Amino acid sequence: MEAVLFQVLAGLATGGIYASLALALVMIYQATHLVNFAQGEMAMFATYIAWSLLNAGVPYWAAFLLTVAFAFVFGVLIERIVIRPVENAPVLAVVVVFIGLLVILNSVAGWIFSYTIKSFPSPFPAALGIRYMSPHQVGALAVTLVVLALLYVFFRFTPLGLAMRAAAQNPVSSRLVGIRVGWMLALGWGLAAAVGAVAGMMVAPIVYLDPNMMSGILLYAFAAALLGGIDSPGGAVLGGLVVGVLENLLGAFVIGNELKLVVALVLITGVLLVRPSGFFGSVQVSRV
Amino acid sequence: MSKKVVTVTILLIAAACVLPFVVSNYRTFQLTLVLVYAIALLGLNILTGYNGQISLGHGAFYAIGAYTAAMLMDQAGMPYWATIPIAGAVCLLAGFLFGLPALRLEGLYLALATFALAVSMPPILKSHLLERWSGGVQGIVIVKPDPPAFLADVGIKLNPDQWLYYFALAIALVLFVIGWNLIYGRIGRALIAIRDHHTAAEAMGINTALYKSLAFGVSAMYTGIAGALGAIAVQFVAPDSFTVFLSITLLVGIVVGGLASLSGAIYGALFIQFVPNIADELSKAAPWAVFGIFLIGFVYLMPTGVAGAMRALLGRLGRGKLSPPKEALP
Repeated sequence: MEAVLFQVLAGLATGGIYASLALALVMIYQATHLVNFAQGEMAMFATYIAWSLLNAGVPYWAAFLLTVAFAFVFGVLIERIVIRPVENAPVLAVVVVFIGLLVILNSVAGWIFSYTIKSFPSPFPAALGIRYMSPHQVGALAVTLVVLALLYVFFRFTPLGLAMRAAAQNPVSSRLVGIRVGWMLALGWGLAAAVGAVAGMMVAPIVYLDPNMMSGILLYAFAAALLGGIDSPGGAVLGGLVVGVLENLLGAFVIGNELKLVVALVLITGVLLVRPSGFFGSVQVSRV
Repeated sequence: MSKKVVTVTILLIAAACVLPFVVSNYRTFQLTLVLVYAIALLGLNILTGYNGQISLGHGAFYAIGAYTAAMLMDQAGMPYWATIPIAGAVCLLAGFLFGLPALRLEGLYLALATFALAVSMPPILKSHLLERWSGGVQGIVIVKPDPPAFLADVGIKLNPDQWLYYFALAIALVLFVIGWNLIYGRIGRALIAIRDHHTAAEAMGINTALYKSLAFGVSAMYTGIAGALGAIAVQFVAPDSFTVFLSITLLVGIVVGGLASLSGAIYGALFIQFVPNIADELSKAAPWAVFGIFLIGFVYLMPTGVAGAMRALLGRLGRGKLSPPKEALP
């Protein structure tokens, strides 16, 4: 029983990280109806920036904030420069652009920072640890929850958040009432990149830092977002936690650690086949 | 096909037959891989280019083909040539089965599911459940086939690299002829109709479910045969050669070569085989940076790929005589 509890709590900690990345995916999906395949690599790149800042002697939390700011600007720039020209292109073209972005970020990170695996520090003091969870697990879960709360407050209670939601929901009417829809999309990309950067910095101490560190995490985030419903932020968070726990329990007791990634594959295809709208997503109806 | 196209094709095949005697053994080996990639790209193009189903996971089928061939040679002691049709059949079945659930997934979601397939392929191959046959992380080493004895009897002396090249060339030719017939016949028209307007195609009486899963199966079969040939040429299979980046390489191939184009498979194969070699001299990461830039650049500037550009060029030079039916980006 104790072993199960241990795995569940560990799963919640990693699940929180999947939830953040899933939330980043959902934010972009809501605004553009696209799934950003490069989300993981964007987070990885931001984590390398954090690593460089830390190596240059910047204190952890200052580096943390600088990285989040960098990721935000980076996300906005990517939307403006790379994504905007293919805004209305066919799905295949957009997917190809996302994959191109993934490959470029991956190789540029390898080019600049080399492919050797680096360790990444955890900022949380040992006093934070409880009986079943390491200090980093408690800290990562707390940081994730804070990020989620901030996002909720931002979208629910600020005029800018309202404008962004409006632009995502009904671009034409929003434009008519004076919202700059294009910039709202870019801001959404920036926010998603910033949330992804937090996820990257939280997961790096666990999986270590290397250019390919996010490929597995991204897959779990896909599974989480789909499980919760790809257009539901709350669903993405719940999905992330469920995927984290499920992955840990199955990995520890049923299929072994080496096949953990297959859980994500099965979840993704399973959800898409059985219930494409996930737990809380809206059902898509289209007129032919 | 016009007379000019036939002449050019025959000349190109003749040139391909002479090549191994002109270039070094290593170049011959590389050209064998070009043929292998061309077959795989043709397979992916049937699915993504002609039928409009996005696959980011064709590396998985390439891996299944490669492992089928390697395991049959290593465990059952089968001759290399006999493993090719079996690898094709296994992948046809695997593709058809994956194509059935894919019927419910469109565009983006299919891309997601196939991407997940590609990412989870190496862990599956490494798994201890398959280790007895797959060799686990170490993979399987296979011996390079020698040219058959009857060739030496009639006085043709080939080294193994040259023989393998001709072997691959023969298979590629057969598969391209089949592919040509498939695309420019009734089935191909149905596939293109489904891509361009799903509902209209269905209304015209095309069994879209059957054609779509069949396209998946045939596409996987081509890629699987390529995988088997590739494994025999490289003489080695290991899980880490079949990561998601292999699938992305194939995507680069069809985007650069030209979507929905048979000749595009050859341009794409030349690109993915030789450009990384050139870029490699810059840095280990450079080939991928180049691939990424080409991917995005082609979508922006040349969505019909090299094949489309060639068509436009030849059309301009030959007063449009050479241009085959117009093919649009899905």
